Amino acid sequence: MTLPEDYLRYPNRRHGMDHDRYEWSNLFRRNPVSWPGGAKVALWVCPALEWFPLDMQNKPFRPPGGLERPYPDYRYYTHRDYGNRVGIFRIMKVLDKLGIKASATVNSAVAERYPFLLREVTRRGWEVIAHGVDMAHLHYGGMPEAEEAAQIAQAVTTLRELSGQPVTGWLSPGKSESHATLDLLAAEGIEYVCDWINDDMPYPLKTGQGSLYSMPHSHEIDDRLILLQYHHSERDFTEQVKDQFDTLYKEADKYGGRILSITLHPWVIGQPYRIKPLEEALSYIMGHKDVWCATGSEILAAFKASQ
Amino acid sequence: MKNDPGLYDYWPYVDRPKITWPNGARVAFWVAPNIEFYELAPPINPTWTPPGRPVPDVMYYSQRDFGNRVGVWRMMEAMDRCGVRGSISLNIALCDHHPEIIEECAKRDWEFFSHGIYNTRFTYGMSEAQEREFIEDAFASVEKYTGQRLAGWLSPALTNTERTLELLAEYGIKYTCDLFQDDQPQPLKVNSGRLISMPYSLEMNDIIVYNFDLSSPRHYAKVIRAQFEQLYEEGAESGTVMCIPLHPFLVGQAHRIAAFEEALAYITGHEKVWVTTGREIADWYYEHHYDTVLDALKSTRQSQG
Repeated sequence: MTLPEDYLRYPNRRHGMDHDRYEWSNLFRRNPVSWPGGAKVALWVCPALEWFPLDMQNKPFRPPGGLERPYPDYRYYTHRDYGNRVGIFRIMKVLDKLGIKASATVNSAVAERYPFLLREVTRRGWEVIAHGVDMAHLHYGGMPEAEEAAQIAQAVTTLRELSGQPVTGWLSPGKSESHATLDLLAAEGIEYVCDWINDDMPYPLKTGQGSLYSMPHSHEIDDRLILLQYHHSERDFTEQVKDQFDTLYKEADKYGGRILSITLHPWVIGQPYRIKPLEEALSYIMGHKDVWCATGSEILAAFKASQ
Repeated sequence: MKNDPGLYDYWPYVDRPKITWPNGARVAFWVAPNIEFYELAPPINPTWTPPGRPVPDVMYYSQRDFGNRVGVWRMMEAMDRCGVRGSISLNIALCDHHPEIIEECAKRDWEFFSHGIYNTRFTYGMSEAQEREFIEDAFASVEKYTGQRLAGWLSPALTNTERTLELLAEYGIKYTCDLFQDDQPQPLKVNSGRLISMPYSLEMNDIIVYNFDLSSPRHYAKVIRAQFEQLYEEGAESGTVMCIPLHPFLVGQAHRIAAFEEALAYITGHEKVWVTTGREIADWYYEHHYDTVLDALKSTRQSQG
């Protein structure tokens, strides 16, 4: 047996990355970032407001949280739906109590279907980050570009109209992109993207259309990942959030401001028995001085200003 | 296909010749960070396609890229503080992509061993000529960028052909990390040259513990300590080897690094531990134990025979 000749040819073996979307850079050799008020850590809490349609096809892959049973899958549909009806309001109560302003990643379908929920988000001064149309509308390699452009326009336009916010942040459903996604987002006026999980700080992305940044929306400090995928306990979740914070807080002394990003799914962490462990973790963080609660746009603006 | 690798005979973990390490150490302890490059759009290997999303798999790719931007430096700092030199399981192309990382490792006198060219190019299905080209590339690149002569090998993504280990012995590789049959080094049956299997580890490997066993950071620290305590105890009778294979994109996450460093400090805080590298263990073993063990293996073969 022999592999094709080109299996041992490496056209992109060169200094830097094997693509031209961004430059390699060592986090610990960058200009230190300063946050407003000399804060050490910017706390960026991102609850996801998702809708998993009953007829979703999970093509070309099942996004995290996607329905699992044959149609009609009431079991998973309603379990996810719980988050938008009940779970998110538990989270809001905790965040209100601690004075934390969040950034919600919102499917445009949620904004259309549940205007009450969207108003609860905006009246708190939370930022709305576009999170695609819904969890059935994925972005992926090989999808027709026109279809993707229309999907992005639909999500962004709807969210801008309904929220009254400029909506400059984007998180793709399942953090999945095509080769064209970044260009299409920049063309739509998006200024930062939350899909790339290769850094703890923002960094510039290259597009054909102008300025776009990657923001470190957390993959690891995520209730669904830790509790449902890793099957860790609630206590483990709390510990890991605290440990993440402690490391970043300490690093800030030497390397400049850091970002603690926490990804929440109301259908996971908003369950009655899980909400206190979240409160404990957030109270621990808020019990420190030099913590700056901010939205994605505010963090990015401060980051750019201090470069 | 064969029904047995044919690389070693059955040799129970009783009545073996006593292994000794420098200064009466009980455990030879080494840490093997896998410093890797996963391509955004790798070619398909017809034998094996790992599961994933359509290209570009942004999440998979960027999660691994985290290691080279962030994780490797956190891990390096923790190892520096504990006085541990790494033995790097290196995707050779990283020399070209990120010589800045190579430079920092070389400065610390860390060892480089080959982990293939990319973690996205598998050995499965290579012809002998292709496999030779692959091995020669590894030798030449590591020498060019680090001045080191390759001594160790871990196949990329643990992919082998039946001839891989034979070729490695012929090219003068001293130890392979591809076999998990033992807690002590062991001579392998090769036709030319010499080759030993070096205890690397799946069980202590962060990618296995975090991603397959789904353990928490603190549980990882706990199993590292327990593994060490047992090998330290057994090492009083005959020397053992403990390896911790790492992936900076995993252990270098902010919520994992502190618990790991505590476990590392626990080990290096013991007196009878030889904190070393894969190459140094192999060299010591060849010098002091290889022949004795070979004789013992021969007589075991005769008595079992």
